Amino acid sequence: MSHALKAALLGAAVLSVSPVSAALAAWEPTRTVEIIVPAGPGGGADQMARVVQGIVTKHNLMKQAMVVINKAGAAGGEGFLDVKGSNANPHKLVITLSNLFTTPLATGIPFNWKDLTPVAMMALDEFVLWVNADKPYKSVKDYITAIKAKGPGEFKMGGTGSKQEDQIITVAIEKAANVKLTYIPFRGGGEVAVQLVGGHVDSTVNNPIEAVAQWRAGKVRPLCVFDGKPLPYTDKVTADMAWSDIPTCKSQGLDMEYVMLRGFFMPAGVTKDQVAFYVDLLQKVRETPEWKDLMKTGAFNQTFMIGDEYAKWVAAEEARHRDLMTAAGFLAGK
Amino acid sequence: MEDVVNLFHGFAVVLQPFNLAVMVLGIVLGVIIGVLPGLGGANGIAILLPLTFSMSPTSAIIMLSCIYWGALFGGAITSVLFNIPGEPWSVATTFDGHPMAQQGRAGEALTAAFTSSFVGALFAVIVITLVAPLVALFALKFGPAEKFSVFFLAFCSFIGMGKEPPFKTLVSMMIGFALAAVGLDSVTGQLRLTFGFTDFLNGFDFLIAVIGLFGIGEILLTMEEGLAFKGKAVAINPRVVWQTWLELPRYWMTSLRSCLIGCWMGISPAGATPASFMSYGIAKRISKRGFNFGKGEIEGVVAPETAAHAAGTAALLPMLSLGVPGSPTAAVLLGGLLIWGLQPGPLLFVEQKDFVWGLIASMYIGNLVGLIIVLTMVPLFAAILRIPFSVIAPVILVICAIGAYTVHNSTFDVVMMLVFGIVGYVMKKCDYPLAPMVLAIVLGDKAEEAFRQSLLASQGHLAVFWSNGLVGSIMALGLISLFWPLIQGAWSRMRARPAS
Repeated sequence: MSHALKAALLGAAVLSVSPVSAALAAWEPTRTVEIIVPAGPGGGADQMARVVQGIVTKHNLMKQAMVVINKAGAAGGEGFLDVKGSNANPHKLVITLSNLFTTPLATGIPFNWKDLTPVAMMALDEFVLWVNADKPYKSVKDYITAIKAKGPGEFKMGGTGSKQEDQIITVAIEKAANVKLTYIPFRGGGEVAVQLVGGHVDSTVNNPIEAVAQWRAGKVRPLCVFDGKPLPYTDKVTADMAWSDIPTCKSQGLDMEYVMLRGFFMPAGVTKDQVAFYVDLLQKVRETPEWKDLMKTGAFNQTFMIGDEYAKWVAAEEARHRDLMTAAGFLAGK
Repeated sequence: MEDVVNLFHGFAVVLQPFNLAVMVLGIVLGVIIGVLPGLGGANGIAILLPLTFSMSPTSAIIMLSCIYWGALFGGAITSVLFNIPGEPWSVATTFDGHPMAQQGRAGEALTAAFTSSFVGALFAVIVITLVAPLVALFALKFGPAEKFSVFFLAFCSFIGMGKEPPFKTLVSMMIGFALAAVGLDSVTGQLRLTFGFTDFLNGFDFLIAVIGLFGIGEILLTMEEGLAFKGKAVAINPRVVWQTWLELPRYWMTSLRSCLIGCWMGISPAGATPASFMSYGIAKRISKRGFNFGKGEIEGVVAPETAAHAAGTAALLPMLSLGVPGSPTAAVLLGGLLIWGLQPGPLLFVEQKDFVWGLIASMYIGNLVGLIIVLTMVPLFAAILRIPFSVIAPVILVICAIGAYTVHNSTFDVVMMLVFGIVGYVMKKCDYPLAPMVLAIVLGDKAEEAFRQSLLASQGHLAVFWSNGLVGSIMALGLISLFWPLIQGAWSRMRARPAS
């Protein structure tokens, strides 16, 4: 167990045992807390931030108010630079997605996750390979065969943003299956899902929450999930399938994995007490029924990490993104 | 028939005293939000979203959608009175609304704006009620090529409509395109034209440009004319509403056409802003009094307001039935739906009947209540112009600065607003039209994105813009309206020849 984790647990233990001394020692926000969302309204990160805000408000988990602010400019660069510039401000949190790594690498803006203080990983978001339900391919094998039959570049993959997670996965699919796809970037996951239903693209790698409504309506079909093991949610989503019934891409011969971080960071220079407060707050959020509902609807991977373990995970993930993006030629030109 | 029963059930839900109270509150808040430039419906709803967590989903959506209606109404007020569009879709309203106010006809302009808004919204709600499932299918037909063709049509219906020389219009539009290109290129994911300044990462926000070009530019122009210490001698006329209403039915054609344009744009989903511009451009083309547009023609207020409100209302349909927001405000509402545990999508209409029909019923009643509220305030709003300019100008300046700051919470934007103000003043002095520039800033990057997405999909073949009946006919419409003056000229020459 890491030191930070021990400290946090110890802090929590002290809090529950002797409220008087804790009240003296523990730090609490003294004004409104901002959650910066480095993405537009309506996307996955925005939804999660707003759910957290809703839970904190509804269950009175904090004395001060919490607000969500979207800073989506430059693929989230605007939001990250804002947090980087708020050194030691304990009233600011930022929720991240993979653009924590991809935006600085692809655009060369002066930012690295080390400019932030990791607070907690709330969940990992999954990616699923979707095709239009009217198309004949029922498995990854059918799909790959169809791509090969049609010729290089004829198959269109729709995704969110450019040189971000969706395109990285697309490049990985091309490598793993030795095919060539045409990647078309759109603004948001919901739009991507609708383009697939309308037949304007042939496949997508939407997050579960982005495509679930279309899946339930029988408009799209999942082929495989890009995680190491199948999803744990066994409740039926459609008449005959649950999230757990989607096979992993690896088991279908598409040798690759990808999950996306949904976690919180704070500006650099904040104290341990301040981080501990938010770790405790976010742990309380995770206990609420609203949070559990969100996890189930969006079929999230519920891994939770804090402290050094979290920082190590982020560092490893950054290295992996650098490799993937270098291989794909996505790095910013010097 | 079942839908009608559901709708009446929805009315019953909406007419509960608590929901009615929430509705009035929402509309008043919305009008305030719409009046403040920069705050905008999307920000306003985002700020007020937490208020609704303790309500039932139906009451919550009623309140939030009423804020949305209120903001749509409110956007017209500052456009007419001060030439400052509170919302992007109110820009076209300033073209004739503000000249009317300068002529002392502010009450008339406001009444026309509010009434047209109501007519547009009502039309869109009726469309939603009757053909919701069909409409959702239509929205699915819009891929990148179809979207580009819509933007193309919006640009074409606007070119050559000003009195200014075509060359100046073109220059103004190109500057707009260049400004729209600054920031992240969403197709390659690389930064463009930022010159290493992190302040340029976001590009130039449309709202900041508009607040500067119109609001600050207008103040500078008025200052040049001398700081008169008296307000406009506008008589407060409580009967102005009735008098304007008597005149409005004359423009039923413009209204109907604007309703159709608005619904189409809202569903497609291109949104309220192109709808208002396109509707204004086409009305100017077709109207008998088109030559007088821009000098205070009431029809020039009716056309954009009707279309904007119809589009704003129709934009909620793709959000509910497809989960794709037709506007930024709809995107925040979408986030709200998820928090209340509702899943937008094709099944929402089947699984959450109470909620959907409650919302649709609230669109009818909310708009009616909104109309009554804003109309009773028309004489009051018009009276604001009686305040001397030297008193009101600093107030406007402060409101503009706050508005510019609110867009991204950045002081740099306030500086940009002032720069745009000077640019707007210089352009006006040199007779360069502002409207084409604004149109290019707001739609330029979206049009570029759709164009490049289409070419990516077609592997570079321009034929994609003629690849099916839908995209082909929209492109053809665009070309016809682009060359309309030439076609018209040729037509009249041909008719003249046999006669002579």
